[in-house]
Amino acid sequence: MTPDARPDVTVDCTGRPCPVPVIELARAVAAAEPGTVVEVVSDDPAARHDVPAWARMRGKEYLGEVPAGGATAYRVRA
Amino acid sequence: MPATARGSAPVHLDAASGVPLSPAARAALEASLDDGWADPARLSAAGRRARLLLDGAREAVADVLGCRPPEVSFAPSGTVAAHLGVLGLAGGRRRAGRHVVHAAVEHSAVLHAVERLVEEGGSATSVVCDRLGRTDGDAFAAALRDDTALACLLASSHEVGTLQPVEEVAAACRAAGVPLLVDACQDVGRRPVPGGWSALVASARKWGGPTGVGVLAVRTGVRWRSPLPDDEREGGRVPGQPALPLVVAAAVGLQAAAAAASDEDRRLRPLVDRVRARVAATVPDVEVVGDPVDRLPHLVTFSCLYVDGEALLVELERRGFTVSSGSSCTASTLEPSHVLAAMGVLTHGNVRVSLSAATTEDDVERFLAVLPEVVADLRRAAGVEGL
Repeated sequence: MTPDARPDVTVDCTGRPCPVPVIELARAVAAAEPGTVVEVVSDDPAARHDVPAWARMRGKEYLGEVPAGGATAYRVRA
Repeated sequence: MPATARGSAPVHLDAASGVPLSPAARAALEASLDDGWADPARLSAAGRRARLLLDGAREAVADVLGCRPPEVSFAPSGTVAAHLGVLGLAGGRRRAGRHVVHAAVEHSAVLHAVERLVEEGGSATSVVCDRLGRTDGDAFAAALRDDTALACLLASSHEVGTLQPVEEVAAACRAAGVPLLVDACQDVGRRPVPGGWSALVASARKWGGPTGVGVLAVRTGVRWRSPLPDDEREGGRVPGQPALPLVVAAAVGLQAAAAAASDEDRRLRPLVDRVRARVAATVPDVEVVGDPVDRLPHLVTFSCLYVDGEALLVELERRGFTVSSGSSCTASTLEPSHVLAAMGVLTHGNVRVSLSAATTEDDVERFLAVLPEVVADLRRAAGVEGL
């Protein structure tokens, strides 16, 4: 958990089922400057497992999760 | 029924959920219908015939499990056997405590029974697994406490096939004086069951027996208290008269499966190796999960990045193949597979392929030929190519 890693980009996928949050995160990371922090906000329980797994498969740094309203923001470094 | 590539029933590649009745089991079922109606507890001629059938079935199952016949009880399903196994062992150990140790990757039938114990004031420790889905034996042993009533460790993972360290954990449990329940539903009839268990659970429909028969075996000397009202049948562990013709069919089916198990292992293991290698080579962005070597002979699981698991199942069924999935969109709940989650692997786009006696090399080849195209089509439709 790195609460001080403030997101440069936020993608809101609230209400959208797996694998949409991971797809939208991947799109945002592809468009972001390398090294910036991208977060996806999701209330889908699968995102908690799939975002870190995606980061591992793509060689990206997973920065952890923080509460975001009724959902959760999962952060990675682009 | 949707049309399939064959224009007939899809190829069943979901043996881990259940397989059709084997010819041996079917013949036994038909042969025992005439005598299976009577009460085996009665001394009438019909009762004695039923008693012989029931005793014979119990001996056959005990022989395969490597235990004594009185230790074997027949239950209405593997799920009921698991529920009674967990609750009965806990009941027998109330004076010791109300703590349960179990693998994180346990089948939900065991987890639901443990949840009931926790709701009633007990506590539970879930033991982690590694990326391959193998439970950490040292962590399991370290989780055993003075107030641990029972421990649960499945023999192998029903979702990813990885064998579990049963003998190592059984030794730790024995040293701690804690009874160990082993869920061997995927193993019985396919490979020798690891020793050291106090209670064991199995399910007939996994080995070609009929739906409606589970097995609960409890070793002599293991403390037991039924969570249900007293009944003298089935060793006092499962109330009610067992469905005798089904039980006989299950036992005969198990003998046939066990007799063929090593040949089937030699036949299916290389087919699973082929699926593991070919899927990894022909489908981009796929994770083939579970232990590649120390695994069940018939089961392989992989996850396809960015693909909706339900869409994948529907499309594969349309192309003539039935598989299963641990993805949340295919489950009755919104939760993804707790097994894949515990392993730290992708939970979406998940496919479990499990082979049976009916699976041919040609079936596997045709599946492998179709899969890359199906995944590519779904990715194209979702606009995720190149992501």
